[in-house]
Amino acid sequence: MPATSAVLRSEWTKIRTVSSTVWTLTAALVVTVAMGAGLSALMNANFSDLPPEQRATFDPTFVSFSGTVLGQLAMVVFGVLVVATEYSTGMIRTSLAAVPRRGRFLFAKVAVAGALALLTGLATSFLTFFLGQALLGEHATSIGAENVLRAVIGGGIYMGLMAVFSMGVATMLRSPMLSLGILVPFFFLVSTILASVPKAKEVATYFPDQAGSKIMRVVPGALDSEAAPYGPWAGLGIMVLWVIAALAGGYLVLRERDA
Amino acid sequence: MIELDGLTKRFGAKTAVDHLSCQVRPGVVTGFLGPNGAGKSTTMRMILGLDHPTGGTVRIDGRHYRDLEEPLKYIGALLEARGLHGGRSAYHNLLCLAQANRIPESRVTAVLGLVGLSAVAKKKPKSFSMGMGQRLGIAAALLGDPRILMFDEPVNGLDPEGIHWIRNLMKALAADGRTVFVSSHLMSEMALTADHLIVIGQGKLLADTSMADFIQRNSRSYVRLRSPDRERLLDALAAGGLTPADAGGGVLEVDGVSTEEVGELAGRNGITLHELSAQRASLEEAFMRMTADAVEYQAHGDPAAPPPGRPRWGETSGFPAKGV
Amino acid sequence: MIEAVGLTKRYGAKTAVYNLSFQVRPGTVTGFLGPNGSGKSTTMRMILGLDRPTAGHVTIGGHPFRQLPNAPRQVGALLDAKAVHGGRSARNHLLSLAQLAGIPARRVDEVLGVVGLQGVAKRRSNGFSLGMGQRLGIAAALLGDPQVLLFDEPVNGLDPEGILWVRNLMKSLAAEGRTVFVSSHLMSEMALTAEHLIVIGRGQLLADMSVKEFISVNSSDFARVRAPGTEPEQREKLLGVLTEAGGQVLSEPDGALRVTGLALPRISDLAHEAGVRLWELSPHQASLEEAYMRLTQSAVDYRSTTDQKNGLMEQAPPGAWMPPAVPEVPQQGWYAPPPPGPNPYGGGPGPYAGAPGRPPAPPAGPSAHPGGPLPGATAPAAPPAPAGPPAAGTAPQPPARPPAAPAPAPTTSDSEDAR
Repeated sequence: MPATSAVLRSEWTKIRTVSSTVWTLTAALVVTVAMGAGLSALMNANFSDLPPEQRATFDPTFVSFSGTVLGQLAMVVFGVLVVATEYSTGMIRTSLAAVPRRGRFLFAKVAVAGALALLTGLATSFLTFFLGQALLGEHATSIGAENVLRAVIGGGIYMGLMAVFSMGVATMLRSPMLSLGILVPFFFLVSTILASVPKAKEVATYFPDQAGSKIMRVVPGALDSEAAPYGPWAGLGIMVLWVIAALAGGYLVLRERDA
Repeated sequence: MIELDGLTKRFGAKTAVDHLSCQVRPGVVTGFLGPNGAGKSTTMRMILGLDHPTGGTVRIDGRHYRDLEEPLKYIGALLEARGLHGGRSAYHNLLCLAQANRIPESRVTAVLGLVGLSAVAKKKPKSFSMGMGQRLGIAAALLGDPRILMFDEPVNGLDPEGIHWIRNLMKALAADGRTVFVSSHLMSEMALTADHLIVIGQGKLLADTSMADFIQRNSRSYVRLRSPDRERLLDALAAGGLTPADAGGGVLEVDGVSTEEVGELAGRNGITLHELSAQRASLEEAFMRMTADAVEYQAHGDPAAPPPGRPRWGETSGFPAKGV
Repeated sequence: MIEAVGLTKRYGAKTAVYNLSFQVRPGTVTGFLGPNGSGKSTTMRMILGLDRPTAGHVTIGGHPFRQLPNAPRQVGALLDAKAVHGGRSARNHLLSLAQLAGIPARRVDEVLGVVGLQGVAKRRSNGFSLGMGQRLGIAAALLGDPQVLLFDEPVNGLDPEGILWVRNLMKSLAAEGRTVFVSSHLMSEMALTAEHLIVIGRGQLLADMSVKEFISVNSSDFARVRAPGTEPEQREKLLGVLTEAGGQVLSEPDGALRVTGLALPRISDLAHEAGVRLWELSPHQASLEEAYMRLTQSAVDYRSTTDQKNGLMEQAPPGAWMPPAVPEVPQQGWYAPPPPGPNPYGGGPGPYAGAPGRPPAPPAGPSAHPGGPLPGATAPAAPPAPAGPPAAGTAPQPPARPPAAPAPAPTTSDSEDAR
């Protein structure tokens, strides 16, 4: 069985030599930052038009993270492609012939892609925060303010976890089209819609994106949102549990099924 | 050496591979034959640890595949389906495999040269023709300079030059003492390449024998004779207990005897022979006869199609393989 | 009957097919051979009116394809097995083709039976294996019961039973008086199927003759002689008289002698006079592959000259090339295949000339090419004169180079036959 370090190197080569890595990660960064910046500028311009209760609970940090809603989808695409193209290209057979220990194979892939997604997420997060604050003008907050650094770092972690969660799901489903067909509508529509439907939202609040995104909020209840029954770190913890479950499921499928 | 021991694979109710036990030995090219759906690909995938056997084991040089340290250095394989990423350059496709098994990067360049793909090393395989993709797969198999090589339908998509090359490559690898296991549907190609045969049908072992034995056992072989002393030769053969058949044109055919025996017989009697050659049926004929009941999609209803299970012998036996 | 006259196709500066004239006659299976990139597919596409010739024309039964009345009833073709709508069932795919051509639906079930797919007629063809797709493609070609059939690599993906079936199908179609034109890379298969050959290289005609003629023109027959294995001195004696009588003798791995230049009865008499008993004396005809390799060597665009044993082979392959008294039969060529892909016809130095990091490889084995590229291999577009039986000149073969094919012929002679 090949040493883990060798497999990590191999996975790094794999990830840096396909163009989809560059464009999905770039898209995640650009979309998040651009949309965050746009909404921040808009908020700044229309701040006086906001209802008083919204003004009172205005969360400048979260506003600058508005782009995450779209940017995370690029992260989902990244995570799915990293894993599922192994299957769609037939590379999985060659890969597993080279690395027959499937746990090690999955670990190396997730570690490399997850680290890359995390770094991109953190870069995105800091960039969108500072640009957003700059555009929010007098309504901005600062990185030194209470809980703000937590939210910014948490935002980066959130993006990274989103990618890893997608990798786990893609390992279970083994098809890029199927994985994207389930994950993208889920995060873009289902989760968001359910979160605003009276009964459903009590469940939806425990969905990975809903739970994880609480880390980016500095002011609970901002923009009419209801306070969650858990704190920001607990929310991120819930997301981590989802990620672990997805990876465990992926590992079981990978181990048990024929490649 | 590859050892299969009671290897079994079931997909639901269907048994794809059924208690298959055999060994693939080094130093010879071993052909792996069987009709479509006989379980060849499944067997090859189980050898590589890609499919989990329902029962039985596979050992590579005495060890389970998953226990091999850096398996590409032990066994290299070309599987039928494309096994590389179309969007990653040929070079990088091989590089990531090399790195996973700590194979030096220089070897990547070497194998690309070996298969004649140096000029397109930086190109993406999705732009490759089938033949080029096949060569890249062969490069991947050779990457770890393994002692065991496995090829599934290696000549698919290759042009005559490429076919010629891969055949000689496999022979040279075997001559070098490596284990070479190759599956193919092209009997005429197999006859030129393989020394030993493993034949399966419906997942079961049908034959594990040398090429010559296989052909001999599954078809007619005879000695062809021509002589200016025809009458004396007939007498001598009769005296030796042999009954020649007249094939016309002055040619005699004798069953159940070797050319050596007839040569000695003629020599003792001072008879001049103008031809003394061993005639064998083709591998295709032998294979068809053996696997006649193990075929899945059988064409029929057309005068051109052989009746199910019984190929037209008249058609094929018109082209006996040349004497070996 | 397919007739091409001065057929030429250029793509920009690249000439894929140049001044090609040939006829494919009914009643025989005509094989269409050529290295990758020699213009076979382009020619087939022009026959079917898919590509428009730059110059010249090609007709089927006297009409260009596009002017054929009810073409599907007259011409059937298998070009690319994947050209099937994967979402449709096999039967519906054929049915849609039949309806386009006004062929009754009954015929669809007939051809499905002919190709052995009736059991999966309702299944969507994207679940088909390569071999099943191939059978479906053949069914489509047969649908209109056409007089002219074109097959491009028909046995791709078929299993031995399928290969035998396709071979017999093509033969019987030809025996019914149809025109059958088949391209293939499988020489051994072609040798069993085709009676006539059209060979092209670099878009030009290299040969248009019967298979038999093709083999005898492009290779030499030989005799295999074996003296009793138990008595080495008999073999030496035999070798002596054969060489003295002017035969070219090579040694085979099992100790037999491969003799060129002497007829079988002559060998027999020589052995008899020398008091050597023979254990074998058999005539051999060269294979189609050997003949083909010789003819097309100059037409293959580029060939790697890399030392194949670099980093792979620790030892030279058997039969090291030395000038011993009895040279061994040269083992097969170790040259790499020509690099596939878009072969630049434009000429100029081959891509290998500039390949970095590769030292010029010394000829390490019997079969390694001499350091430089083959004459003709890199020479841009110098194919032999089209048509006519290619003489020795069409296959330039410097005597210094051992034959790349498992050639029976010693390099010193390729004109003498054993008989």
